[in-house]
Amino acid sequence: MATLEIKNLSRLFGNTCAVDDLSLTIGDGELVCLLGPSGSGKSTVLRMIGGFEEPTAGAILIDGQDVTRVPPERRPTGMVFQSHALWTHMNVFANVAFGLKLRRLPKDEIRRRVNGSLATVGLEGYGERKTSQLSGGQQQRVALARSLVLEPKILLLDEPFASLDQHLRERLREEVREIQRRVGITMIFVTHGQDEALAIADRIAVMRDGRLEQLSRPDRLYRQPQTEFVAGFVGQMNLLQGAIRSNVMSVAGIDLPVALADGPATLALRPEDIALEKRGDDGGADVMRVTDFGTHLSIEVRTRCRQRLKIMAPPGTGWSAGMRATLSARKFSVYRDGKLCFMPQPCDVRPAAAA
Amino acid sequence: MSMPALRRAGPASLGLSRLRANGAGITIAALLSLFILTPLVNVAIWAFTEIWRYPAVIPQKFGFRFWGDVLSRGDVHLAMTTSLSLAAIVTALSALICLPASYAFARMDFPGRNLFFMSFLTVYAFPKFGLYITIATIFLGLGLIGNFWGVVLIQLVSTLMFMVWIPVSAFQNVDRRQEEAARDAGASPLRVFWSITLPQVLPAISAAVLLTFVNTFYETEVAWLIGAPEVRTVPLLMVRFINSELVVQYGAVLSLLLWVPSFVLLMLVRRFLGAQALGRALGA
Repeated sequence: MATLEIKNLSRLFGNTCAVDDLSLTIGDGELVCLLGPSGSGKSTVLRMIGGFEEPTAGAILIDGQDVTRVPPERRPTGMVFQSHALWTHMNVFANVAFGLKLRRLPKDEIRRRVNGSLATVGLEGYGERKTSQLSGGQQQRVALARSLVLEPKILLLDEPFASLDQHLRERLREEVREIQRRVGITMIFVTHGQDEALAIADRIAVMRDGRLEQLSRPDRLYRQPQTEFVAGFVGQMNLLQGAIRSNVMSVAGIDLPVALADGPATLALRPEDIALEKRGDDGGADVMRVTDFGTHLSIEVRTRCRQRLKIMAPPGTGWSAGMRATLSARKFSVYRDGKLCFMPQPCDVRPAAAA
Repeated sequence: MSMPALRRAGPASLGLSRLRANGAGITIAALLSLFILTPLVNVAIWAFTEIWRYPAVIPQKFGFRFWGDVLSRGDVHLAMTTSLSLAAIVTALSALICLPASYAFARMDFPGRNLFFMSFLTVYAFPKFGLYITIATIFLGLGLIGNFWGVVLIQLVSTLMFMVWIPVSAFQNVDRRQEEAARDAGASPLRVFWSITLPQVLPAISAAVLLTFVNTFYETEVAWLIGAPEVRTVPLLMVRFINSELVVQYGAVLSLLLWVPSFVLLMLVRRFLGAQALGRALGA
């Protein structure tokens, strides 16, 4: 249970900047996901918090104490690796007990705490197994138990479930969330899967090219992406290049009132924020493809300017390929130079001039 | 053929083909063991033979007379002592030099690392005997010819290959994440080496030590080139037996004696590593 403060952290590998001037504060008992595509520097940040990489610049504080130059064995952090990194020459019990033995605890207490920790991850009675006799999910549970048993102030998880199948991954992340709530530990979870981040995080830090793009609650990340990158990375988004002239953004056959100076801009529309209306004449957009997912229809349209958009429509609305439609946006945001610069209050924004 | 008939025939024909495969396997195994075992068995029989005249298939008289003869000879004792201490000293020195070096090669980066590493291989890229002749001329000037330590020195060169390359690949095969996980659990770098790295490379290192010891023990040509005539190892003694006094039993008894140290070592190593662990450690 601890707070973590990262101040202007940077890490260079040769000439490439893996982490660039990153600042971040994580509260007590919070679960924060570092989300980003591969190569965005999220694992490097985690490894620097754990003490496995030395920062080129900046500072890391845990509970107000500077640990930037403290070696991993003396940091109050615990790490769960993607490859689980269990010690293959020891059995499950010895793996979990290793850290406690180093702390010279009495034998009874080691046994009690190891068994308790194995129970926490649902592996009672597995102590005598070899690590190679366990399934991938069980191995990762042992790795989790091995870290939890030492009661670290901050638990670091580096894409722990990336190598597991979808089903198992979902179950394990629910369990991790459950354990986190029960133990009340501060957790930092690195992942490149947005579903995973949206499902378990209190807050999500989206990273790109070593920089922090946005740090917010999952719902706000989805509804108010602060940068064009986040808008495109989290959830489905139609990003359309266009221009603003006389306070009107005109793109994809939709004209929207935007109180901004003239110039190029990017319009971002969620598929569920676009409304379709059937029409018979030549205008509007062509419906190219319709996929029925049961809960909703996913419709792909092509506008007159040959831009493709994904639209989500309620089921049973009778859309099919070859139909024509008029588009209108219920909600949108406008980005300029990659940054959010216009977002009207969510309301039904009708096209300024229905063509 | 009707369907039920086919179904009945199915497992039977399957069983037949399996039997045939087994037959082939047995034949190959039998031929192989014939080639490998026949000379060994022959030597073993000769060692316990007192009289064996042509055309008898088995010796006319078994006995331990030649064992007594060989074991009571002063030059055999001397050669055994020389060979054993030579192999032990070379192995120990080689381990002392090569194991830290192999860790450095596997884990550290320093200028000229690859060049230096490859240089161990080049020793084997040239005809070895030519290299040894060159070294021998240098040794001649240094007074190391016919000297025990001269032999130690040159044997050391030929052990570098096993003692560097095998442990290097073993150290490289140890998962760095496992070491990091141990640091994370609170272990100092030294403790990590002792508890995590060493147990995982131990099978490969014991294999390297075994190979080094056995190779040094049996090595003949270099020992002869540098050590002769003062330093006399068991293989050199055998050569002399064969050349001067052709008593088959002497050679056979010595062969079996030579076999003892490597067998003992093999058993020792087998105690704490299986073929699987050894294969894994060697990167197979």
